[in-house]
Amino acid sequence: MRLSYSRQVPLFLLPFALIPLVDQNTYHLDVLTSVGIYVLLAMGLNVAVGLTGLLNLGYAAFFGIGAYAYALANLHWGWPFWMGLPLAGLVSMLFGFLIGMPSIRVRGDYLAITTLGFGEITRIAFNNLDAWTGGPNGLLGIARPVFFGYKFSVNPTPYFYLVLVLIALTAFLLFRLCDSKIGRALVAIREDELAASCMGVPALHVKLVAFGISSFIAGIAGAVFASKQTIVTPDSFDFVLSVLLLAMVVLGGMGNIWGAALGALALGVLPELLRGFATYRMLIFGGLMILMMIFRPQGLLGKKEAASGTS
Amino acid sequence: MALLEVRSVSKRFGGVQALKQVTFSVERGQIVGLIGPNGAGKTSFFNCVTGLVPIDEGQILFDDGSETLNGLPAHRVLEKGVARTFQNLRIFRNMTVLENVAVGFHARTRSGLWDAFARTPFFREEEKHIRQKSLEFLKFIGLEGLDGEVAGNLSYGSQKRVEIARALASDPKLLLLDEPVAGMNPSEKEELSSLVRRIRERGVAVLLIEHDMRVVMPLSEKVVVMDEGMMIAEGPPQKIKNDARVVRAYLGEA
Amino acid sequence: MSPDLQLFFQQLLNGLTIGMVYALIALGYTMVYGVLQLINFAHGEVFMVGGYLALTAVALTVSMGLGLPAWVLVLFVFLFAMAGASLLGAGIERLAYRPLRGSPRLTALISAIGMSFVLQNAVMLLYGTKEQVMPDILPHWQADLAGVTVSLVQVLIFVSSVLLMVLLELFVKKTRTGKAMRATAENPEAASLMGISVHGVIRSTFVLGSALAAMGGTLFAMNYGSVNFHDGYLAGIKAFTAAVFGGIGSIPGAMLGGILLGVFEGFCAGYISSEWKDVFAFGLLVTLLLFRPSGILGENVPEKV
Repeated sequence: MRLSYSRQVPLFLLPFALIPLVDQNTYHLDVLTSVGIYVLLAMGLNVAVGLTGLLNLGYAAFFGIGAYAYALANLHWGWPFWMGLPLAGLVSMLFGFLIGMPSIRVRGDYLAITTLGFGEITRIAFNNLDAWTGGPNGLLGIARPVFFGYKFSVNPTPYFYLVLVLIALTAFLLFRLCDSKIGRALVAIREDELAASCMGVPALHVKLVAFGISSFIAGIAGAVFASKQTIVTPDSFDFVLSVLLLAMVVLGGMGNIWGAALGALALGVLPELLRGFATYRMLIFGGLMILMMIFRPQGLLGKKEAASGTS
Repeated sequence: MALLEVRSVSKRFGGVQALKQVTFSVERGQIVGLIGPNGAGKTSFFNCVTGLVPIDEGQILFDDGSETLNGLPAHRVLEKGVARTFQNLRIFRNMTVLENVAVGFHARTRSGLWDAFARTPFFREEEKHIRQKSLEFLKFIGLEGLDGEVAGNLSYGSQKRVEIARALASDPKLLLLDEPVAGMNPSEKEELSSLVRRIRERGVAVLLIEHDMRVVMPLSEKVVVMDEGMMIAEGPPQKIKNDARVVRAYLGEA
Repeated sequence: MSPDLQLFFQQLLNGLTIGMVYALIALGYTMVYGVLQLINFAHGEVFMVGGYLALTAVALTVSMGLGLPAWVLVLFVFLFAMAGASLLGAGIERLAYRPLRGSPRLTALISAIGMSFVLQNAVMLLYGTKEQVMPDILPHWQADLAGVTVSLVQVLIFVSSVLLMVLLELFVKKTRTGKAMRATAENPEAASLMGISVHGVIRSTFVLGSALAAMGGTLFAMNYGSVNFHDGYLAGIKAFTAAVFGGIGSIPGAMLGGILLGVFEGFCAGYISSEWKDVFAFGLLVTLLLFRPSGILGENVPEKV
């Protein structure tokens, strides 16, 4: 990286800030805002999957937990968005720890299935705990943000900027994370957990941190999503979404922050561009995952795995 | 008491008794060679000392008996002051050489998440310190200038040295080297031997597993011989060379 | 028999029925994991495809105007589904897993997930999104044992599942390929040094597992009267749970696990609630993986030296 991250973040994101000034089409902005939420989610998932090598197949559940957390706080306690946002992050993070603590002792592929299991249990719980979650119909009438007197409405433009700011902040902090002792520890665990622990890296603790950060970001995204939709329903947070997010991280390059964003952009925008191919969506995503793993496992922006075996 | 004191350590893996009542010690600043035929249990022993594998019986005492290592997880053993390298080389291939060595500092530094996110002065100080010291270690082991290289792209010999630098970065009192010269040519072996001596000069005791007698014997002050999980001899290299049991262990009942 | 007892035995019977199907699918998971240490995520879809193949087989005979006696038709459907699935299984292995043979496990798992989605979508495109009706090809026959209803389909499921499992056990224990499979599962390097073609063994494992899963899919379709492209996901996860439950890598374990899971699930649905019965399976899965990944009969995978 020739440019420091504090230059990269504004450089890559500022152009996006200009879009609403040039293109007033609300449909476009709406799509881009949704893609922005995907970007946040992909960056969050990347911390666990890409940086640390923890395959989380139930990530959509944390997104949902954040959404429901804000929804419930808003509908029952009257909490406004700006209070609900950090709450959602914290609640998600708490669940991340709860689920993470037993799970991270388990080997990689089993961890993946465990997270899948938790993800499904969460979705079924959303669906069946009618008294709290509103059941299959979900929760309605969630409040939109109010920013210094300006009330968000159906117009996607303010949401677009909100998401953009959150992306900038998240990217900025994640870059700082990567370039630090904890960041190195995460990657070391991914590279060789055994060797890392012999070098003094407390594996379980570090994995839990990765899980926590990852789920916190999902929670934040969830709150934004809930405030934009004003409705939350269980079927927004299913396994298919978890896989889609995984595909985004895989496509962009595991461990690479901009890679995750790029993957989210590509796979988020693609369905819109290929409207006629909607029914082929899963086929394309699935095929993409297979092809990427075979031909370019490092993703679009990832570095090629260093050649193994030099003797 | 000694720096490392191993008392009657036994370990069974399924049907195999890998270690049987192994007992010996390593003094401060000593270079001790651990030799024995393949399958003698040498690497298993290392795995037990470093907390990767729990022992069935016995004790592993450290620092004049002030610490008990058995039962501790690997990262805590490192904290106590025991670092190691691996027989089949376990460096972090996709990280740079500098980053590899920097990981060695993990247990010796204190900055946390908040420091990383906020870039506190404490964080900056520690990172500067880590960088500086890492570069020093690289110079010490003879890899100056390679700090920015991706570790996986280095030559085998260089990678082995990165592994040693990484271990040294953790400021150990005892360094366990598992077959450090395997796969090296004679001049590389000579360089590594002198490196081990320089490590000892810094006050770090070294326990090394090695098959090449021409490296182990001149280097070690004391040699411990294992065979079939048991310690069969212990003493200065000259005495070990001529010990009938040792010869028999290597050559079989000829 | 008292009504309570009747309910108990009915639930038991229903549970055993679905348990047999889970067992058939679980066998494929356990065999592949034993040999490759890979969770074949696409296996559930092979089960689903089996049901669709059965459907297609029936449709074919109908379109050809053949008036076959019921048992011939059933046999034809079974063989058609198993053959088709075997090809599919071999194809999946060749396309999605073989190129990744040396790669980290997680890479192969991601590819497996991708393959699962491809298959689901492909079937959806070919057959449509709506549930398809599986025509009744068996005579309507039911027995009433002291108030407990046993249908012909259920008898068929029992008989064919048990038969197939016995055949599999014999195959693995007595035939050359079977022995080669066991050898490869225990120690791939040694096996290849002894002249065993590891490629061939892996392919055989997939072929066998897929045939069994397709059988399960066919029986499932016959029992419930319909097929749906989404069936594979849930059944797949449950069958994987069953395989882990019994002890991954162990063939008797998969059989035991499948049957037990089916029975437990049946009781859960009957006595607690059918909405939460899926949670039971997922809960069992998570609990197993976290606290007893070796399952009841113990894991049977090669030692990682």
